[in-house]
Amino acid sequence: MTDKTMTPEEVVSRLHSGMTLGIGGWGSRRKPMALVRALLRSDVTDLTVVSYGGPDVGLLAAAGRIRKLVAAFATLDSIPLEPHFRAARQRGAFELMEIDEAMFMWGLHAAANRLPFLPVRAGLGSDVLRVNPGLRTVTSPYEDGETLVAVPALRMDAALVHLNRADRLGNGQYLGPDPYFDDLFCEAADQAYLSCERLVDDFATAVPQTLLVNRHSVTGVVEAPHGAHFTSCVPDYGRDEAFQKLYATTPWPEFAERFLSGGEKTYQSAVQTWHEEQT
Amino acid sequence: MSRTTTTTRAEYCVIACADAWRDNGEVLASPMGLIPSIGARLAKRTFSPDLLLTDGEAMLVGLDGTAEGWLPYRRHLTMVTGGRRHVMMGASQLDRFGNQNISCIGDWQQPARQLLGVRGAPVNTLNNPVSYWVPKHSRRVFVEKVDMISGVGYDSAAAAGPSATRYHRIPRVVTNLGVLDFATPDRAMRLASVHPGVTAGEVQAATGFPLALPDEVPYTREPTATELRLIRAVIDPDGLRDREVPPA
Repeated sequence: MTDKTMTPEEVVSRLHSGMTLGIGGWGSRRKPMALVRALLRSDVTDLTVVSYGGPDVGLLAAAGRIRKLVAAFATLDSIPLEPHFRAARQRGAFELMEIDEAMFMWGLHAAANRLPFLPVRAGLGSDVLRVNPGLRTVTSPYEDGETLVAVPALRMDAALVHLNRADRLGNGQYLGPDPYFDDLFCEAADQAYLSCERLVDDFATAVPQTLLVNRHSVTGVVEAPHGAHFTSCVPDYGRDEAFQKLYATTPWPEFAERFLSGGEKTYQSAVQTWHEEQT
Repeated sequence: MSRTTTTTRAEYCVIACADAWRDNGEVLASPMGLIPSIGARLAKRTFSPDLLLTDGEAMLVGLDGTAEGWLPYRRHLTMVTGGRRHVMMGASQLDRFGNQNISCIGDWQQPARQLLGVRGAPVNTLNNPVSYWVPKHSRRVFVEKVDMISGVGYDSAAAAGPSATRYHRIPRVVTNLGVLDFATPDRAMRLASVHPGVTAGEVQAATGFPLALPDEVPYTREPTATELRLIRAVIDPDGLRDREVPPA
């Protein structure tokens, strides 16, 4: 069977400017940050990013890589407002498709199920319809005759997700309390890249329900220890709150120069050095 | 007992929040903010024992934090659309018909201040009861017209038709000054009670649109001795509530 392991650089070499890119996780939780950092080292730009937004959105926005964002929010959780997302919005840096969290979920379901849309009771009466004039409603063909919003499929060219464990074939396991929507991201994308804390030989002893992502929906697997840093990847590690605060309060060029100018190893050791300086 | 003099403003807020979940039955209480969280716990400990609570992550938990169920985001969203939930959300802006904004201030195309985004407000308001908590009642929050309708108000739901109004309900808005509801013929915001120490005039002065006013505005009810003890000794012994709403 196919060994799908690759490096972050190999993943990024398969991405190109203008793509629609889905990013898994939620807020500042289990974001595929090593893959996002690899993306930042490339010249891939002009992206349509589909994300339950966290610092993935902030980093890509600060680096000017986003042409359009599809999101219901962007947050750092313990810091409610993602500063680089805010700044980018306030300078009108990219187009936004602002939809509700549930609409987003049904858009992923539609894409994963190869449906053009799914009807939802959300968006009606809100300004989501005003700011997304392309959104349409649909009338129930049954007796109720209800009018609902037809959320278009959020089909993506590629998806990036990060899980706790994976095998070389592309099966992925989450060990935390919440799967978020990572399986749907993989199924809703033409290609999906799964980074993990640790590669394992097999899942012979795994609790079956933890095996969230199946290999048929995964194109490449990357072993990236601490690859969700500074977001959480429980139970392997929680959010690096101190470092997140640094990220949120440091001017972008300064942060990028100190932490993002080298490769992933350089990043991880720069983070370690910074932590040592704090004690 | 002369509790009137000793009950703090924050404690009236807790009581007003707790009462939002009275007679709700076996639904998820989703409190956003500290005082609503204390209120939800108080309600569960007293008059609404069947309420469900979360740990703020992916578990349904009892009052002692013991897990009793699994509620990751995808299932939480089902709970929203299934209607077995009563959320108390925050609001950056709120208008007289209960339209709420948490998305941005100013022009949406290029906002003066980007806030959270609409999050789940559009789906929440159309599917399960949504109350609001505003710790600082001011004209900046209570505006004539919100900049971006995130949570749907009564007039917007009515304009959007039966699918929008079918499960739409905004039971109450609790603030540091009083309790507001929409129990008027045209569903315009009404001052339902003021917390002791506050006058209706003060609430109106802090509100950017005319409020419907009953002939006599009642006071928010007093906590019972048991409730006061639970708030002070059991649920919030460190007095964090006074940080969210300082004593008047």
